[in-house]
Amino acid sequence: MTAPITITGSASIDGTPIFSGLDLTLAPQKWTCLLGASGVGKSTVLRLFAGLTEGVTFDGTLHVPDRVALMAQRDLLLPWLSVFDNVMVGARLRGERPDRDRAAERLAQVGLSDHADKLPAALSGGQRQRVALARTLMEDRDVVLLDEPFSALDALTRAQMQDLTAELLTDRTVLLVTHDPAEAARLGHTITIMTPSGRIDVPAPTTPIPRALNAPEVLHAQTDLFDRLRSPL
Amino acid sequence: MTGWRAGIAATCLAIAIWQGVIWATGVARFILPPPTLVAQTIWDSRALLAEHALITMSEVLIGFVLGGVLGFISAIGLVASPTARALVRPILVFSQSIPVFALAPILTLWLGFGLGSKIAMALIIIYFPVTSSFFDALMRTNRDWIGLAQVMGAHPARIMWHIRVPAALPGFASGLRLAAVYAPIGAIIGEWVGASKGLGYLMLLANGRAKTDLMFAALIVLAILTVLMHAGVNRLCERFFDRPDEP
Ligand SMILES: Nc1ncnc2c1ncn2[C@@H]1O[C@H](COP(=O)(O)OP(=O)(O)OP(=O)(O)O)[C@@H](O)[C@H]1O
Ligand SMILES: [Mg+2]
Repeated sequence: MTAPITITGSASIDGTPIFSGLDLTLAPQKWTCLLGASGVGKSTVLRLFAGLTEGVTFDGTLHVPDRVALMAQRDLLLPWLSVFDNVMVGARLRGERPDRDRAAERLAQVGLSDHADKLPAALSGGQRQRVALARTLMEDRDVVLLDEPFSALDALTRAQMQDLTAELLTDRTVLLVTHDPAEAARLGHTITIMTPSGRIDVPAPTTPIPRALNAPEVLHAQTDLFDRLRSPL
Repeated sequence: MTGWRAGIAATCLAIAIWQGVIWATGVARFILPPPTLVAQTIWDSRALLAEHALITMSEVLIGFVLGGVLGFISAIGLVASPTARALVRPILVFSQSIPVFALAPILTLWLGFGLGSKIAMALIIIYFPVTSSFFDALMRTNRDWIGLAQVMGAHPARIMWHIRVPAALPGFASGLRLAAVYAPIGAIIGEWVGASKGLGYLMLLANGRAKTDLMFAALIVLAILTVLMHAGVNRLCERFFDRPDEP
């Protein structure tokens, strides 16, 4: 995927402006971390990148590839399908033959093999989020959009899932929305804070990802980021 | 199950009130026969009642299945095609302003005195509740699920079949539960207007011969069949269509 992935413009929902003057380009095959206050429009940007324009009035230009993988902020598991079938739902929806071995591998990687036959209603919030992650990682796409994918996990599981995702999505173009400065400092090649009137770039470490949580450059970036979030202007 | 016990208790209470009214008012037995006499009649005329009940039940069940299938397909068609929605929905709503009773003579004229006209009555009376409750549920599909399916590259037909239909099955089930109670009403109306068999016909016949006990017997058999039908449909819906609420 060499064409740039760009959003330039402003958006409103039901006549209420959400953001304006945004100009965001995703570096190809790199991870872009997007932060910003709650309600600033991060999920809306993700939805626009995914081509989900329903309800949103967008004014500007948008360059996106035809096919992306999306992990929305809510897990969106289908309650009538087992965990295993939820992981394979993409193939089923496209009328393809599901790759059961790969699904089993993904489920094992997120640590939920024992729960394969359960219905989503029988899982905890963090387990559900990991099923949604496994489902997203099943989709083999060059561009992957992740909306707070680790927000419901405990610190240890979160670090493991970050490592897994970074490994599986090496050389993919990734947009990761997060509220966690440490996460952005570990995973971002580019780190951007979204504001109502545009965006602010924050220098990211230049080392390969996933970076160790206690690496000096990560700790530095994390503190720096936290300061900027406190006073974004 | 407490539901069972409550049902039995309610039945006993109703019989007690029934008997109480007779004792208190001394009403003649050809106006209101006592429960014991009706029970006796049900036993004595069991062959007759069974024969007619079988006819009525066939009408009800066939009408129920056809109406359910037709409602299922129509709702999907209406959801899938905005044109169909715009054209057909006003007709559907308008059709509801015609009392079903008024249709019975016409259906008998067209379809004759046999099963056909009663099945048609049962079908017509349940078609609207099944279609509209399934339709409403299909229209309420979580938009985010549909969005996710689109991002995954799903064809609209597959979104319908793999997301919208399963998501709306609880709504279809509530339509079927209503239908289980309405379908016998349709069949009985059909039998009243013109039939030579069935519980409705038997009631008219007994009425004409002043056999009030047989009328009551037929009525009670009908009520029991309706309750059983509703319970059976309820079980099927619980087994296949209902879903615990999401947290
Ligand atoms: N369906 C809707 N109707 C009206 N307004 C909406 C709707 N969905 C979102 N909004 C508004 O759009 C704005 C942006 O929402 P969005 O979900 O993109 O924020 P976000 O940056 O992802 O927030 P968070 O960090 O809390 O997830 C919010 O102010 C919200 O109130
Ligand atoms: Mg959001």
